[in-house]
Amino acid sequence: MKICYYPGCTLKTKAKELDRYARASAAALGVEMEEIENWQCCGAVYPMARDEIATKLSAVRALDYAKAHGGKLLTLCSACHNVIKRTNDDMANDADIRARANNYLKLETPYSGETKVVHYIEMLKNIVGFDNIAKKVVKPLNRKVGAYYGCLLLRPNKVMAFDNPENPTVIEEFIRAIGGTPVAYPFRNECCGAYVSLKNKDLTKRRCNMILESAKEKGAEEIVTACPLCLYNLQKNSDNALPVVYFTELLAEALGVKND
Amino acid sequence: MTKQNQIENITRLSGTDPKKCMKCGKCSGRCPAYKDMDIKPHQFVMYLEKGKIEKLLASKAIWNCLSCMECVERCPRGVAPAGVVEAVRDTVKRAIGGNGIKAEDIPPIVDEFIPQQLLVSAYRKYNK
Repeated sequence: MKICYYPGCTLKTKAKELDRYARASAAALGVEMEEIENWQCCGAVYPMARDEIATKLSAVRALDYAKAHGGKLLTLCSACHNVIKRTNDDMANDADIRARANNYLKLETPYSGETKVVHYIEMLKNIVGFDNIAKKVVKPLNRKVGAYYGCLLLRPNKVMAFDNPENPTVIEEFIRAIGGTPVAYPFRNECCGAYVSLKNKDLTKRRCNMILESAKEKGAEEIVTACPLCLYNLQKNSDNALPVVYFTELLAEALGVKND
Repeated sequence: MTKQNQIENITRLSGTDPKKCMKCGKCSGRCPAYKDMDIKPHQFVMYLEKGKIEKLLASKAIWNCLSCMECVERCPRGVAPAGVVEAVRDTVKRAIGGNGIKAEDIPPIVDEFIPQQLLVSAYRKYNK
């Protein structure tokens, strides 16, 4: 099965492993991730102000491309997923933003939110199936892993509809499927400090230490994330209570394709 | 711009109706940056409703809000405090000299691991 894939800027630079392990694992699971043509940076943050249109256009272009190439757009980075999915919601449900964005783009057929935005974890769960993944595991993790959701996959839930934003379980199900033992801890859906680490490092450090120490206290041996910024903050703006890795690295490890 | 225009503009940008707030404080209770917010999320909504624009525009909190959407998620009245914070921040940064970060301050704090996502998101949030 082929699916249109939007990698985003960071997956081509500082987060190459997130991308590489995702592609190797998808291939092992029978999914071909087809990188879309001429994609542009999504902007990394969803612009909330009602008059922001130009800052959403790169997401709309990617969505429009996917509309004509299978109707689904696969995302991997949490930030890209958040920006593209929320922009797609605007295009589907906000007549004002839709009209103004289409005025800019002058597409042959106006884009109205037709594409379905699918995060890699949603693809694993709903398209491949965790049961099928479990059958393909050759090297079960056999360790305790804490899922770190952060903000971007979960909120606002009305639009993201990823999982229960207060008590998510999908990454725990994923960890179980690849032979690990998920560890639930209280701060797994809380913000790492995000871009504020550039201006107020102290705030980020307090957040990251709280998250990591809470996971450690509950018995986690490592933490998984889907977000390059979360990974950076948790690794570089903390006292490193626990190792932090991309969830795709554990998947590739369990499927035996880590060195592909 | 008159004060009334400013109130109307920030309300329009925020996409939220401050009059719907019932002042339960759930947004501020949930805010992960609470200690660093000189004006708390519920106060952003209240100050906008009361027209205390000067206070909002002078707040340090606009640079510490994480846009994590916890306040939006928890509001039982469908108000978006983060939308008000962003509307105020946008109003400040869109004025000449209003940017939150200076380009020359970036190189000294950049290490070899810093993801593009961090720089892009900080620039999008803080600068125009």
